[in-house]
Amino acid sequence: MIITILRKELRVLFTSPLAWILLTLIQLVLTWIFLGLLDAFLQIQSQLLQIANPPGITEIIVTPVFSMAAIVLLMVTPLLSMRLLAEEQRNHTLTLLVSAPISMTDIVIGKFLSLIVFFFIIITLIILLGISLLLGGTLDFGLLLSSAIGLFLVAACFSALGLYISSLTGQPVIAAISAFGVSLGMWIIDLAANETNRWLHSISLLKHFERFNQGLIDTFSIAYFILFTTAFLVLTIRRLDGERLHG
Amino acid sequence: MTTITLSAQNLCRNYGSHAAVREISLQLRRGEVLGLLGPNGAGKTTTMRMLTGNLAPSSGSIEICGVDLLDKPQEAKAHLGFLPEIPPLYQDMTVDEYLLFAARLHRVNKQAMPTVLNNVKQRCGLEDHGKYLIVTLSKGFQQRVGIAQAIIHNPDVVILDEPTVGLDPNQIREIRKLIRELGASSSVILSTHILSEVENVCDRVQILHKGCVMLDETLAGLQQRGTCLEDVFTQLTHNDGLGSLI
Repeated sequence: MIITILRKELRVLFTSPLAWILLTLIQLVLTWIFLGLLDAFLQIQSQLLQIANPPGITEIIVTPVFSMAAIVLLMVTPLLSMRLLAEEQRNHTLTLLVSAPISMTDIVIGKFLSLIVFFFIIITLIILLGISLLLGGTLDFGLLLSSAIGLFLVAACFSALGLYISSLTGQPVIAAISAFGVSLGMWIIDLAANETNRWLHSISLLKHFERFNQGLIDTFSIAYFILFTTAFLVLTIRRLDGERLHG
Repeated sequence: MTTITLSAQNLCRNYGSHAAVREISLQLRRGEVLGLLGPNGAGKTTTMRMLTGNLAPSSGSIEICGVDLLDKPQEAKAHLGFLPEIPPLYQDMTVDEYLLFAARLHRVNKQAMPTVLNNVKQRCGLEDHGKYLIVTLSKGFQQRVGIAQAIIHNPDVVILDEPTVGLDPNQIREIRKLIRELGASSSVILSTHILSEVENVCDRVQILHKGCVMLDETLAGLQQRGTCLEDVFTQLTHNDGLGSLI
């Protein structure tokens, strides 16, 4: 039943121009950054050769693209997640799903997975961008993989958060703005964590991603991402069930 | 033919301190069409939302084909088809896409899918509209798509909330014919404001007022007693705010 919801969401997503515009824009921005970094690398290449243990192209070009991608996803997710539940509530179509023999959990997971599939496409494109460097050099595939896994987990967190906020209102625009506000808040926590104490480091989502971006797959960070995602999915399910109980 | 498909006992629903539905009991046999009548705010929609699992009752129990709706919601909902007051349509899907989605949601067998789709389109007069986007259809056709969605999986119990609102007289006649057809094989509950509709298609009528059942009677019984439905309705429901003004 999850598949039924997933298929429907993907169909709705890709028949609207929004998904295609976002895919294009994200790819455009990231490729531009990628080429800028490539240019910078070519300029300092001769100096790098004089260092005993120089950083490779993966560290100089690929990982900065991934950390930029995290910020881009932070801004894009609210646009994709806003309609998932808010629109169903506004158009009264949620009744169709609730009256069908399907559980709230299936509905929520199906919708969540539709976002995951979309981000999977984006991340694959970013990986391909990195792999194109093989034309003129070698890559550190371990670092590339850990960055990709990190970005995937970050995308999952943003999706779950966006989905929950979308369940709180019947207005997609309000859902988008609220989700955007919360995401900005997380970005600010990340900036604040640069100077101050350790506990901000522990709760900052982007700081956890930074470790993946350095090639460090930390179980604490994995646990953080999984807990974050699960917590917001459970909250969404509870919210929809609550609607039925308190209506 | 006398198996009971839906039975609800002592349903209550409160919104805060306001009791929208008080101690309503319903029983429906296979092949029976039940009309729910009542003035605005009588609790018709609330009752229907409870019967379809969209709203949890404050107290009471609901059984559909012998399965408890609150204990095993998924199993019970498989026997249900529901058309809410506002049809739950995805505006940017085509009629075919939408009906196939509804069929998949209700676990219709994959091989049977094309037959089921053609069948339901034929029953609801949508044969020529499969490729149209729902948003481009007129209100009447949207209502038909809503009904098609509710009956696509051949449910044992069909619940229709004001199915003929916004239709022209020809369409109303067709929909009534469809409801009578449905009543032959399944049980149907329909809510309406229109008294003649009840007299036309229903076997039994319940009149709700302020959340309570005021009358539960077969239409044959009413006819036998020689009473007119309209008189009964005004008698039972006239003592609300507006009625006392007249």
